[in-house]
Amino acid sequence: MTKMNHNSNHESERTPETERINEVLKAAMPRIADDAGPARDLWPDVLRRLDREPVRVPWFDWALAGGLVALAAAFPAAIPVLLYYL
Amino acid sequence: MPESSKNVLDRFRQGDADAFEVIFREHQCTVFRWILRIVRDTGTAEDLTVETFWKIYRAHARFDSARGFEPWARRIATHVALDWMRARKPEREITPEMESMLAAVNTGDPGIQAEIRVKTAQAFTRLPPKLRVAAVLAVVEEQPHKVIAESLGITVTAVKLRVFRALRLLRKDLEQQGIRP
Repeated sequence: MTKMNHNSNHESERTPETERINEVLKAAMPRIADDAGPARDLWPDVLRRLDREPVRVPWFDWALAGGLVALAAAFPAAIPVLLYYL
Repeated sequence: MPESSKNVLDRFRQGDADAFEVIFREHQCTVFRWILRIVRDTGTAEDLTVETFWKIYRAHARFDSARGFEPWARRIATHVALDWMRARKPEREITPEMESMLAAVNTGDPGIQAEIRVKTAQAFTRLPPKLRVAAVLAVVEEQPHKVIAESLGITVTAVKLRVFRALRLLRKDLEQQGIRP
Protein backbone atom coordinates (compact mmCIF):
# COMPACT_ATOMS: atom_id res chain seq x y z
CA MET A 1 0.00 0.00 0.00
CA THR A 2 2.77 2.38 0.90
CA LYS A 3 6.36 2.13 -0.08
CA MET A 4 8.68 1.84 2.89
CA ASN A 5 10.23 5.13 3.79
CA HIS A 6 12.83 4.50 6.42
CA ASN A 7 14.00 8.08 6.67
CA SER A 8 10.67 9.84 6.73
CA ASN A 9 10.18 9.59 10.48
CA HIS A 10 12.21 12.13 12.36
CA GLU A 11 15.50 10.48 13.26
CA SER A 12 16.67 13.65 14.97
CA GLU A 13 13.99 13.28 17.65
CA ARG A 14 15.46 10.02 18.86
CA THR A 15 17.50 9.89 22.03
CA PRO A 16 19.68 6.92 23.05
CA GLU A 17 16.88 5.86 25.44
CA THR A 18 14.15 5.91 22.80
CA GLU A 19 16.53 4.31 20.33
CA ARG A 20 17.06 1.38 22.70
CA ILE A 21 13.36 0.79 23.39
CA ASN A 22 12.78 1.02 19.63
CA GLU A 23 15.35 -1.71 19.07
CA VAL A 24 13.83 -3.91 21.78
CA LEU A 25 10.37 -3.48 20.27
CA LYS A 26 11.65 -4.27 16.77
CA ALA A 27 13.33 -7.40 18.08
CA ALA A 28 10.13 -8.47 19.84
CA MET A 29 7.94 -7.86 16.78
CA PRO A 30 9.62 -8.73 13.49
CA ARG A 31 8.50 -6.66 10.49
CA ILE A 32 5.85 -8.03 8.16
CA ALA A 33 7.29 -8.99 4.78
CA ASP A 34 6.52 -6.60 1.93
CA ASP A 35 5.20 -9.49 -0.17
CA ALA A 36 2.90 -10.95 2.51
CA GLY A 37 -0.53 -11.87 1.21
CA PRO A 38 -3.62 -13.82 2.22
CA ALA A 39 -3.29 -17.61 2.09
CA ARG A 40 -6.57 -17.96 0.17
CA ASP A 41 -8.83 -16.08 -2.18
CA LEU A 42 -10.98 -13.84 0.01
CA TRP A 43 -13.50 -12.87 -2.69
CA PRO A 44 -15.99 -15.70 -1.85
CA ASP A 45 -15.89 -14.56 1.78
CA VAL A 46 -16.60 -10.98 0.72
CA LEU A 47 -19.58 -12.15 -1.34
CA ARG A 48 -20.91 -14.13 1.61
CA ARG A 49 -20.45 -11.09 3.85
CA LEU A 50 -22.32 -8.91 1.36
CA ASP A 51 -25.21 -11.38 1.28
CA ARG A 52 -25.50 -11.41 5.03
CA GLU A 53 -27.91 -8.78 6.28
CA PRO A 54 -26.52 -6.39 8.83
CA VAL A 55 -28.23 -6.34 12.21
CA ARG A 56 -31.11 -3.89 11.93
CA VAL A 57 -33.40 -2.48 14.55
CA PRO A 58 -37.03 -2.79 13.33
CA TRP A 59 -38.73 0.52 12.55
CA PHE A 60 -41.39 0.00 15.20
CA ASP A 61 -38.68 -0.26 17.87
CA TRP A 62 -37.36 3.13 16.76
CA ALA A 63 -40.92 4.52 16.77
CA LEU A 64 -41.54 3.17 20.27
CA ALA A 65 -38.28 4.62 21.56
CA GLY A 66 -39.06 7.96 19.91
CA GLY A 67 -42.54 7.99 21.43
CA LEU A 68 -41.15 7.32 24.91
CA VAL A 69 -38.59 10.11 24.56
CA ALA A 70 -41.31 12.50 23.37
CA LEU A 71 -43.56 11.48 26.25
CA ALA A 72 -40.75 12.00 28.76
CA ALA A 73 -39.97 15.41 27.27
CA ALA A 74 -43.61 16.53 27.28
CA PHE A 75 -44.51 15.08 30.69
CA PRO A 76 -41.37 14.77 32.87
CA ALA A 77 -43.55 13.66 35.77
CA ALA A 78 -44.26 10.48 33.81
CA ILE A 79 -40.59 9.39 33.90
CA PRO A 80 -40.82 7.54 37.28
CA VAL A 81 -43.95 5.77 36.04
CA LEU A 82 -42.18 4.70 32.83
CA LEU A 83 -39.15 3.51 34.82
CA TYR A 84 -41.46 1.55 37.11
CA TYR A 85 -42.91 -0.37 34.16
CA LEU A 86 -39.55 -1.02 32.48
CA MET B 1 -3.90 7.03 -12.78
CA PRO B 2 -4.78 5.21 -16.05
CA GLU B 3 -8.15 6.08 -17.56
CA SER B 4 -9.40 2.52 -17.10
CA SER B 5 -8.75 2.64 -13.35
CA LYS B 6 -10.58 5.93 -13.11
CA ASN B 7 -13.53 4.43 -14.93
CA VAL B 8 -13.56 1.46 -12.60
CA LEU B 9 -13.51 3.75 -9.56
CA ASP B 10 -16.31 5.87 -11.01
CA ARG B 11 -18.40 2.76 -11.65
CA PHE B 12 -17.65 1.53 -8.13
CA ARG B 13 -18.83 4.86 -6.72
CA GLN B 14 -22.14 4.27 -8.48
CA GLY B 15 -22.44 0.86 -6.82
CA ASP B 16 -21.33 -1.36 -9.72
CA ALA B 17 -20.57 -4.83 -8.26
CA ASP B 18 -18.26 -5.81 -11.13
CA ALA B 19 -16.17 -2.70 -10.58
CA PHE B 20 -16.05 -3.57 -6.90
CA GLU B 21 -14.62 -7.00 -7.71
CA VAL B 22 -11.97 -5.44 -9.95
CA ILE B 23 -11.00 -3.06 -7.14
CA PHE B 24 -10.99 -5.91 -4.62
CA ARG B 25 -8.67 -8.01 -6.80
CA GLU B 26 -6.35 -5.06 -7.26
CA HIS B 27 -6.16 -3.96 -3.63
CA GLN B 28 -6.84 -7.01 -1.47
CA CYS B 29 -3.16 -7.76 -0.85
CA THR B 30 -2.26 -4.23 0.12
CA VAL B 31 -5.27 -3.93 2.43
CA PHE B 32 -4.50 -7.36 3.91
CA ARG B 33 -0.86 -6.39 4.49
CA TRP B 34 -1.82 -3.11 6.15
CA ILE B 35 -4.15 -4.92 8.54
CA LEU B 36 -1.56 -7.65 9.16
CA ARG B 37 0.96 -4.98 10.15
CA ILE B 38 -1.48 -3.89 12.85
CA VAL B 39 -2.98 -7.15 14.14
CA ARG B 40 0.09 -9.42 13.51
CA ASP B 41 -2.00 -12.54 12.83
CA THR B 42 -2.67 -13.93 9.35
CA GLY B 43 -6.08 -15.49 10.02
CA THR B 44 -7.35 -12.38 11.77
CA ALA B 45 -5.98 -10.18 9.00
CA GLU B 46 -7.90 -12.26 6.44
CA ASP B 47 -11.16 -11.92 8.38
CA LEU B 48 -10.66 -8.20 8.87
CA THR B 49 -9.81 -7.73 5.18
CA VAL B 50 -13.22 -9.22 4.33
CA GLU B 51 -14.87 -6.95 6.89
CA THR B 52 -13.01 -3.94 5.49
CA PHE B 53 -14.14 -4.60 1.91
CA TRP B 54 -17.68 -5.12 3.13
CA LYS B 55 -17.55 -1.68 4.74
CA ILE B 56 -15.92 -0.24 1.64
CA TYR B 57 -18.76 -1.54 -0.51
CA ARG B 58 -21.42 -0.20 1.83
CA ALA B 59 -19.72 3.21 1.80
CA HIS B 60 -19.23 3.34 -1.99
CA ALA B 61 -21.37 6.46 -2.41
CA ARG B 62 -19.11 8.38 -0.02
CA PHE B 63 -15.95 7.54 -1.95
CA ASP B 64 -14.19 10.59 -3.34
CA SER B 65 -12.18 9.53 -6.39
CA ALA B 66 -10.17 12.77 -6.24
CA ARG B 67 -8.60 11.65 -2.95
CA GLY B 68 -7.62 8.18 -4.16
CA PHE B 69 -8.79 4.70 -3.21
CA GLU B 70 -5.82 3.51 -1.17
CA PRO B 71 -5.80 6.20 1.54
CA TRP B 72 -9.56 5.75 1.91
CA ALA B 73 -9.28 1.97 2.13
CA ARG B 74 -6.36 2.24 4.53
CA ARG B 75 -8.40 4.48 6.83
CA ILE B 76 -11.34 2.07 6.88
CA ALA B 77 -8.99 -0.89 7.40
CA THR B 78 -7.26 0.85 10.30
CA HIS B 79 -10.55 1.49 12.07
CA VAL B 80 -11.71 -2.09 11.50
CA ALA B 81 -8.43 -3.32 13.02
CA LEU B 82 -8.74 -0.88 15.93
CA ASP B 83 -12.28 -2.06 16.67
CA TRP B 84 -11.02 -5.64 16.69
CA MET B 85 -8.19 -4.76 19.08
CA ARG B 86 -10.57 -2.94 21.42
CA ALA B 87 -12.89 -5.94 21.54
CA ARG B 88 -10.10 -8.36 22.35
CA LYS B 89 -8.53 -9.10 25.71
CA PRO B 90 -4.79 -8.31 25.69
CA GLU B 91 -3.71 -11.58 27.30
CA ARG B 92 -5.24 -13.56 24.43
CA GLU B 93 -3.05 -11.92 21.82
CA ILE B 94 0.17 -13.73 22.65
CA THR B 95 -0.39 -17.44 22.33
CA PRO B 96 2.11 -20.08 23.53
CA GLU B 97 2.95 -20.76 19.86
CA MET B 98 3.76 -17.10 19.30
CA GLU B 99 5.90 -17.10 22.44
CA SER B 100 7.98 -20.03 21.23
CA MET B 101 8.28 -18.40 17.79
CA LEU B 102 9.49 -15.15 19.36
CA ALA B 103 11.97 -17.05 21.49
CA ALA B 104 13.36 -18.83 18.46
CA VAL B 105 13.49 -15.92 16.03
CA ASN B 106 16.92 -14.52 15.25
CA THR B 107 16.76 -10.74 15.49
CA GLY B 108 20.35 -10.07 14.65
CA ASP B 109 20.88 -8.36 18.02
CA PRO B 110 22.40 -10.85 20.45
CA GLY B 111 22.04 -8.25 23.23
CA ILE B 112 18.27 -8.72 23.24
CA GLN B 113 17.51 -12.06 24.84
CA ALA B 114 14.55 -14.26 23.97
CA GLU B 115 12.95 -13.66 27.36
CA ILE B 116 13.09 -9.91 26.87
CA ARG B 117 11.53 -10.24 23.41
CA VAL B 118 8.63 -12.32 24.76
CA LYS B 119 8.05 -9.99 27.70
CA THR B 120 8.23 -6.96 25.44
CA ALA B 121 5.66 -8.46 23.08
CA GLN B 122 3.41 -9.26 26.06
CA ALA B 123 3.83 -5.79 27.53
CA PHE B 124 3.05 -4.26 24.14
CA THR B 125 -0.33 -6.03 24.02
CA ARG B 126 -1.23 -4.36 27.31
CA LEU B 127 -0.93 -0.87 25.83
CA PRO B 128 -4.10 0.97 24.76
CA PRO B 129 -4.99 -0.03 21.18
CA LYS B 130 -4.70 3.47 19.72
CA LEU B 131 -1.15 3.78 21.08
CA ARG B 132 -0.24 0.29 19.84
CA VAL B 133 -1.40 1.02 16.31
CA ALA B 134 0.68 4.18 16.09
CA ALA B 135 3.75 2.55 17.63
CA VAL B 136 3.70 -0.66 15.62
CA LEU B 137 3.24 1.19 12.34
CA ALA B 138 5.85 3.87 13.08
CA VAL B 139 8.52 1.91 14.93
CA VAL B 140 8.23 -1.70 13.80
CA GLU B 141 6.87 -1.24 10.29
CA GLU B 142 8.63 2.10 9.70
CA GLN B 143 5.67 3.63 7.91
CA PRO B 144 5.79 7.39 7.32
CA HIS B 145 4.08 9.42 10.04
CA LYS B 146 2.00 11.20 7.42
CA VAL B 147 0.52 7.92 6.18
CA ILE B 148 -0.20 6.76 9.74
CA ALA B 149 -1.83 10.11 10.52
CA GLU B 150 -4.09 9.85 7.46
CA SER B 151 -5.08 6.30 8.29
CA LEU B 152 -5.97 7.20 11.87
CA GLY B 153 -7.60 10.51 10.97
CA ILE B 154 -5.28 12.49 13.25
CA THR B 155 -2.38 14.92 12.81
CA VAL B 156 1.27 13.98 12.41
CA THR B 157 1.96 15.60 15.78
CA ALA B 158 -0.69 13.39 17.39
CA VAL B 159 0.97 10.32 15.84
CA LYS B 160 4.34 11.31 17.29
CA LEU B 161 2.72 11.89 20.66
CA ARG B 162 1.05 8.46 20.60
CA VAL B 163 4.32 6.77 19.65
CA PHE B 164 6.12 8.62 22.43
CA ARG B 165 3.47 7.66 24.99
CA ALA B 166 3.45 4.04 23.81
CA LEU B 167 7.21 3.72 24.19
CA ARG B 168 7.18 5.42 27.57
CA LEU B 169 4.44 3.09 28.87
CA LEU B 170 6.22 0.09 27.39
CA ARG B 171 9.48 1.01 29.12
CA LYS B 172 7.64 1.54 32.40
CA ASP B 173 5.91 -1.86 32.11
CA LEU B 174 9.22 -3.59 31.41
CA GLU B 175 10.91 -1.81 34.29
CA GLN B 176 8.16 -2.99 36.63
CA GLN B 177 9.06 -6.54 35.57
CA GLY B 178 12.70 -5.89 36.37
CA ILE B 179 13.76 -5.47 32.75
CA ARG B 180 15.74 -2.36 31.93
CA PRO B 181 15.73 -1.94 28.16
